[in-house]
Formats: sequence, structure tokens, C-alpha cells
Amino acid sequence: MALERSEVEKIAHLARLGLNEGDIPRTTETLNNILGLIDQMQAVDTSGIEPLAHPLEATQRLRADAVTEENRRAAYQAIAPAVENGLYLVPKVIE
Amino acid sequence: MQWETVIGLEIHAQLSTQSKIFSASAIAFGAEPNTQASLIDLGMPGTLPVLNAEAVRMACKFGLAIDAEIAGKNIFARKNYFYPDLPKGYQTSQMDDPIVGKGFLDITLEDGSQKRIGITRAHLEEDAGKSLHEDFHGMSGIDLNRAGTPLLEIVSEPDIRSAKEAVAYVKAIHALVRYLGICDGNMAEGSLRCDCNVSVRPVGQAEYGTRAEIKNVNSFRFIEKAINHEVQRQIELIEDGGKVVQETRLYDPNKDQTRSMRSKEEANDYRYFPCPDLLPVIIEQSFLDEVRASLPELPVQKRARFEAEFGLSAYDADVLASSRELADYFEAVNSVCGDAKLAANWVMGELSSLLNKDNLEIQQSPVSAAQLGGMIQRIKDNTISGKIAKMVFEALATGEGATADEVIEKKGLKQVTDSGAIEKMLDEVLAANAEQVEQYRASDEAKRGKMFGFFVGQAMRASKGKANPGQVNELLKKKLEG
Amino acid sequence: MHQLNLAEIARGLADKQFSSEELTRSLLARIQQLDPQLNSFITVTEELALAQAKAADARRSAGENAPLLGAPIAHKDLFCTEGVLTSCGSKILSGFKAPYNATVVEKLAAAGTVTLGKLNMDEFAMGSANESSHYGPVKNPWDLTRVPGGSSGGSAAAVAARLLPAATGTDTGGSIRQPAALTNLTGIKPTYGRVSRWGMIAYASSLDQGGPLARTAEDCALMLQAMAGFDAKDSTSVEQPVDDYLAALTQPLKGMRIGLPKEYFGAGLDARIADATLAVVEELKKLGATVKDISLPNMQHAIPAYYVIAPAEASSNLSRFDGVRFGYRCENPANLEDLYKRSRGEGFGAEVKRRIMVGTYALSAGYYDAYYLKAQKIRRLIKNDFVSAFNEVDVILGPTTPNLAWKLGEKSDDPVAAYLEDIYTITANLAGIPGLSMPAGFVDGLPVGVQLLAPYFQEGRLLNVAHQYQQVTDWHTRAPAGF
Repeated sequence: MALERSEVEKIAHLARLGLNEGDIPRTTETLNNILGLIDQMQAVDTSGIEPLAHPLEATQRLRADAVTEENRRAAYQAIAPAVENGLYLVPKVIE
Repeated sequence: MQWETVIGLEIHAQLSTQSKIFSASAIAFGAEPNTQASLIDLGMPGTLPVLNAEAVRMACKFGLAIDAEIAGKNIFARKNYFYPDLPKGYQTSQMDDPIVGKGFLDITLEDGSQKRIGITRAHLEEDAGKSLHEDFHGMSGIDLNRAGTPLLEIVSEPDIRSAKEAVAYVKAIHALVRYLGICDGNMAEGSLRCDCNVSVRPVGQAEYGTRAEIKNVNSFRFIEKAINHEVQRQIELIEDGGKVVQETRLYDPNKDQTRSMRSKEEANDYRYFPCPDLLPVIIEQSFLDEVRASLPELPVQKRARFEAEFGLSAYDADVLASSRELADYFEAVNSVCGDAKLAANWVMGELSSLLNKDNLEIQQSPVSAAQLGGMIQRIKDNTISGKIAKMVFEALATGEGATADEVIEKKGLKQVTDSGAIEKMLDEVLAANAEQVEQYRASDEAKRGKMFGFFVGQAMRASKGKANPGQVNELLKKKLEG
Repeated sequence: MHQLNLAEIARGLADKQFSSEELTRSLLARIQQLDPQLNSFITVTEELALAQAKAADARRSAGENAPLLGAPIAHKDLFCTEGVLTSCGSKILSGFKAPYNATVVEKLAAAGTVTLGKLNMDEFAMGSANESSHYGPVKNPWDLTRVPGGSSGGSAAAVAARLLPAATGTDTGGSIRQPAALTNLTGIKPTYGRVSRWGMIAYASSLDQGGPLARTAEDCALMLQAMAGFDAKDSTSVEQPVDDYLAALTQPLKGMRIGLPKEYFGAGLDARIADATLAVVEELKKLGATVKDISLPNMQHAIPAYYVIAPAEASSNLSRFDGVRFGYRCENPANLEDLYKRSRGEGFGAEVKRRIMVGTYALSAGYYDAYYLKAQKIRRLIKNDFVSAFNEVDVILGPTTPNLAWKLGEKSDDPVAAYLEDIYTITANLAGIPGLSMPAGFVDGLPVGVQLLAPYFQEGRLLNVAHQYQQVTDWHTRAPAGF
């Protein structure tokens, strides 16, 4: 099943990736080549097989509930693109 | 047409852990922006989450309290979407395998009857930060202090049929999480937030109508108003030939209306998948046994015990058990005075109107349980009358004495029970009202009743309320008949 | 001095034949002189290196004698280094001076190593040619017109060119082993969970694993000994003691059962690489190993499964690069959506965008079961293959890559062709088992690598086999002409 241009645009939007208008045909073609490779999976019989999310199948360790972090705002915000009064600035969020 | 309202609620309870769910940052309310946002909370590249044990324990406590099945293995998943208050571009939550499965909660309705509300699931997740919209040169400011605060999202079945039931349910959840000590329940600070899924259907119809979700309603009063408003809106819409659309709406308490959140309407595709940075959480039976053993007496159990042990009415028991602090206060008063009914009356009467008047919580009560209990003892042993007790209570509230006894002593409020003294006082009253005595004696039974009250009043005034009313009645009758 | 390998440097420093400062100055000069041909460094941390070297010399004078004390190394540029640009080879991390150190960086610093700088890599570790870096492609010192492999291409080129004795790398689908093979190095990808991922900027969290590239198995053992270990900051880190890798090196190979999977010798493999691989087998037989033909029947499905799982995880892992809290932000965003789309659109390169889009698609509503879940099931089949195979053999051996190092630009327009180069390496990542690549000869003057795979936590066994082989061969000692 090949992706249409509109689907590529939708995926790019979901992933918040700006694509150049001129790149879309090429991107669509490459993605379809990759999906062609991936679709080879569909021929594999996986009935009755449990999905494997982590190779070791270990279980989650729990952390004791204690505050050990200190305020390092100045250091963290020194590398931020835009801050004011300790806040990160972004174009207005409309609710 | 007759309409039936169908409501399901999603309640987000902020768990009162010390640190965040996946980082060791503090979660104190009201800190300077971004001072409680660590590398992990900021979604810095290369950082990884480690799960807070206490958040797991608290979720288990809740699950056990609602008789739910606790998943032996539960899994964290990522909910992917872009928003400036969501630093990683995904929220770590639980989807297919939540920690708490199906359970229920019994709520008490206004008429005192009980209703069982099903709880579909409860899962752990991280809170987002906050966007501040004050004008920063046309920009929004992002504070990530709240990002990563542990939340328990409690999802009810669509078992609720009115706004009042919804409020009763939220109050019951509120009481429960506070009993369990897993959430401070402070709705003004957003510790308990409620999303209401509301739909209507013609009475008798089996299928549900299309629902609208009202986001983030943050007080009991607003829950009731928002739902009532939304129900009305939907009924009017349908009756006018329109259709309810499935959407997210926002309640505006100032205008008392809900409005569509158009910006969130675009089809979201959250692309949930198991979080590869976290492993499955395994809950052992031995751990659950230990948590179960640590559970306090819950509201339902307490209510039943208050009825059985103290003979309180269902209504009184329900009110007193509605918060752990109130119940503890009541029990403390009772243990001092040994009269549960009097204790209940005073706690629910004078004390709660005093607290309401000054907008205080029971923990802030100016009159301690020991003080109130001590005062009730003095009512029981006839040291003071109920009327005088109100004066003593007020004096205790304003700090005019450390104990009821001290107030009684200082103000000379001790009830006079010496019959000689009362008789002497009555003789003076009768002498001063000789004319009325004449009239009384000349009147028939029917009239005498009313006139008798006059003499009691005069006598009590003369004694400044301190004469034992029973004795005054008895002796006065004797003397007038005399 | 630059021809010394890590173990030799350790001995030279211990015997006070030279100081760390002398060695460091000499390598810094060499980097300045030769790296312009290779482009293996993104950042050279000269001041930091000299300060660390002096500190190491002081510790040495005070009587300390840790094996890596004063040894110069460098880090792949996805390990966070406090106060130093950590770019992931991407424009989107422009100006990202990491505010903290990765655990691997901390551990190697604690072991006394001297950090010469940060090494070039495929953008976000996505690639097998090191051509997708924002900082330009890395050249293979064996032939400057060819790729060094990737994604740890900078690490491989720098160590192969004797700019330094060892470097860190990461391996999500072969990113340590494949460049090691193409540049005549030894490189090991440990068991998933053996090396902490804290501070190692994620590509695909359930596959990523850090490890060393060096010239010999012994050098890898020295490095891994310092890098490995439990870390409470990484939930997927394994709480298990680290084996003594140096002690494991000297075990005789007598009775070692080596499995040759028939699927590793099928169509697509350069016949000359197959010959070199079989020659290694003959050498190991002489050392007492026995050989058995085995099968890993699901190997062929690994590429499609990998190219679902890795992009899916990456699509989510890379959402945090949004121009808000760090890194690149587009000029004058018109609104929030514009901020996201242009920062990410301009900040990420073509291959990263492709993989984010593949992953986004694979996780999207209606496709999750057919793609992501299906791939996870195949992942289990692949793991099961290894579990069965390791019932019969101790180590699996095969070629690391199907082809020799290719010409720069040759596959950059055809991602699918480049993906197929990962065929022999990605199964170890999907299963989480350790894998090692070691030099196995040359074809047309280009290095050939052979890969060894072992059961979980048997890094010592891999290093043992490679070390024993390196005691009787000298491929690993060959240096590229001009370096």
C-alpha cells in the first residue's frame, strides 16, 4: 500500500516536521520504498507469538521517594533559546 | 420528551508524594517558576525516568480501597503530542495495562440512600507543566515545576445520572483519597481535577447519546453548575433538531456556560506505545498484603460503625465520616464526654456553623475536641444548661478560657441547683409580680399554661440563666399552686 | 607514541616512560595536523584534556595506579559532557552545551581517562556511513574516498588513524561493529543493560547500547571494564556485577563451540568477505575450538522489524527537540505550530526526518498492530532463534558486514540499500545479546571484519575469543598508510 502525498503531509504534521514543498514528491517516494521493505514482515507467521518490548524481559526497579534535586534553573536556562523571569518563552498558546 | 442524563467522570488526583513520579524533584505548590524542574522534568536529551515507589504504593492503596483488582503486571506507555507544557513531546501514562482495574465506590445520595458507582480503572501518569498567558511581548511563558507530578487518573463508569450524583461521587472520591493520605484534595490548587463526560438520551433508550467532555472543572459547585448547564445545552440542541458533537468543552464559571475548545478539536492521534525507557511494573501479592494491612478505616466502614456503635442516624454518621479529620474530631469529643449523640449534635451544630462562618477547616478549629468534650461533660452533670453551654462555647472559641470549667468559674455560670437558693429567688420574683400571680391563680388551666412561661422567663432572667431549669419549673409550679 | 595501543599506553604510563601530559600534547598536535582529512572530531577539548592529563599525572605521582589513569580517549558526540557541545551530529542541538555528564563519561573520567574531544557521527546515530552528520561526512583513513561506516564513524576513523587509542561509541543496529569492521578495529556492543544509557542521547531506547572501539580486544576489555556497571539512573540497567574482562582474555579456546549460521553466508555477501571469515574459523580451530553449522531462520526478517521498532521509538524520543528549552530554534516563528515545524524541519537532516516519519506512521491509529506489534513479535522470534542456537554453541561467528567500505555518496540517495548493510548486526540489538567485531584481513586494501555473538552477559567470552585470535594474527596491528 503506497502513501499518497496527503498522507505524507498528515504524518509530517503529526510529527511537526516542516517539509519544503519541493521535497514532498521525493520524500513520498523514499517513504514508499522504506514501507515496501517493512511490508515484507507481513509474510511472517507470528500467530501465538507474544510481542517482545525489551530484550531482557526484566522488571521495573522502584526509586525511594526522596527529593535530592536542587534548583539549577540558571544553569539549565543558560542554554535555552528564550527565557524571561524564569519562564521559557514560546509564541502565544491559544486555548 | 423526558431526558435521562448519563455522566462518567475522570478525576485526576495529584499524589502527595515527596518527589515527582520519575525524578527526584520536589512538588511543592507555588515555588518560583522552573525551580523544581530537573533535567528529567525538562526533558533534557539523554535523561531517563525511574519510577517512584511511593506513587505505586499509593495507587495500590486506592485500588484496594475500591475493591479493585490490582494488575500483577502494569505497563507505562507514551502518549505522543506536541504542547509547550509537555517537555518530552509525550506524556508517560498507562494505556492497555493500568495499575488499578475495575472497582466501585458506594456514595450516599441526599435522601440518605446509597448508590454504587463503578470505577473502570485508575492509572498512574505524569502531570504537565503550565502555560502562563500574561503578556510577555505577545509570548506565553512556560513553567515546568508541575511537570512530572504524579497523578492517579480515576475513570468512572457512566453510572452517574445527575449533577448532584456527580458531586456526591466526587465528594466521596475526595474523602477517600484524603482518608488514604494519597492526595491533599486541594481543588483550588488543582490537586484534584475533574473532567466530566456528559450525554443525554430519551428515557428508556438503551444506547448512550453522543457525549461532550468538559475539561478541568475545579470545584464541587462548578461541577454541578457545569453539568447542569451542559445537560440543558444538549437537550435544547437536540430538541431544536440539532446534534451533539463529540468534543472537548471548557466551563467558564464567570459566564456559567461551557464552550468548545476548538484548538484541541483537530483529530488527535496519540500514537500510544509501551515506554521503552521503563520496564513492566510487577506488584507482588506480599506487597499488596502489606499495603492492605496499612489501610486506615475507610469512610464506608466508619459510617457503619458510627451507626452501630453510637446509634447515630444514617445522616449524622455520613456527615461525620465525610472527612477523616472531622470523624477523628468527633471521636475525640466523644471519648472525653462519653455521649455520642450530644457530641454529634455539638460537632454538626454549633461547631460547624462556627467553622463555616470563619471559613475554617476542622483542623483549624479554635475549640479543641478536648475543650468541647469537657464542656459537654458539664452539660451532662448539670453544671450548666444547654443554653449556658452556648455561651461557654463562644467563650472557648474566643479564647476566654482554656477549659469549660475555667470559663464557668470565671464567668460564674455555674448552674444553681440548691433548692433553698432557688426558692428564695422565686419568692422574690413572685413578690415583684404579685398582680400576675393573682391573675394566674384566677385563671383556668388553659390560660395558666401560657402565663406559667412568663414566670419561668422572669425566674431565669433573675438567675441570669444559671438556675437549673428543671428545678425552677418544679418549684415554681408548687409555689403558684400553693 | 601514537602507534601505541591502549594497553601499551597504560604500561608506558605505569612505567613512567612518558607522562599523560606529553602523550596528550602529542595526540592533540596529531589531531590538529591530520583530522582535517578525516573530519572525525566535532569538538576538540584541548583545555579540558590538558587539565585532566595534568591531574592524572599528579594522581600517578601520588601513587595511584589505575589502568586507564592518564589514557587519552574521546566520546561519540551523543554522550553528554557538561559544558561541552553535545551535538548528536545535528543542527538541532546547535549550541547545546550539555548541563550534565553521561554516566559513561563520569565513569571513564573517574577511571582517570583524558578526554580529547567529541567525535563525529551520523545524525542521531541514524546511518551506517557517517554521511548524515550536520558537521559533514567522516572519511575512512584506509581510503579517503570511502565511508568509515556509521553511526560511530568519527570514533572509528579517529582510532584507526591513530589520533587516539580508544573511543566510546554506541550501537543500535551495528553502529559500533560495522564501522569497526570497515576501519580494521575491534569494537564491542555489550548486552543491553550492561552499560548505562543515562546521558547517552537516545535513538531507539530498547536497542541502544554504549561500548568501546579500539585496536585490540584487550583495549576493549580495558575500556568496557570502566564503562560497564549498574546505574540506578537507568531503569533498564541491569543490577549484576561486572565480570573481570581482562582475566577472561587469557582463557584457552580449547573446546569452545563456534556456530556458523548458514543465513550469514547466503546471497548478498561479498565472496571475498566470506573467504576471510572462513579463514578466521580455521585459525580458531587451530586454537582448539570446534565448529558447528547452525541456523537462525528468522534473521532475514530482522531488517523490516528493526526499521519499524527503531524509527517508532525514535519518532517519540526525538519529540523533545522542539526549539523551546534548548538547541536550535527557527528565526521569528509566526506562531506555536510554526515554531515546532520550522525548528524541527530546519534542525533535522533528511535521514532523521525520514525515520521520524516512518516511526510516526508505524505508531499511528490503524497501523499499530500491523507494524509495531508485528515487529515486536518478530523480535521475539529472533530472540528465540538465539536462545536455541546458544543451547548448541558458545559463540556465533559470521561476517560483520556484507560489503567492504563503499564510496562516499554511493548509497546516500538510496536509504533502503544502506539499510541492507545492517543485515548481520541488527539481530544482536533486537535480541539484546552482546556482539563484537574484530579485524579479519583485507580485500583490495580495505579491512574486513568478523563478528562474534554470545549469550547475555558473555562479553568476557567474546573478548576472550578475539584476544586469542589476535595473539596468533596481526591484522589488528596494521595501520592505514599515511597514519
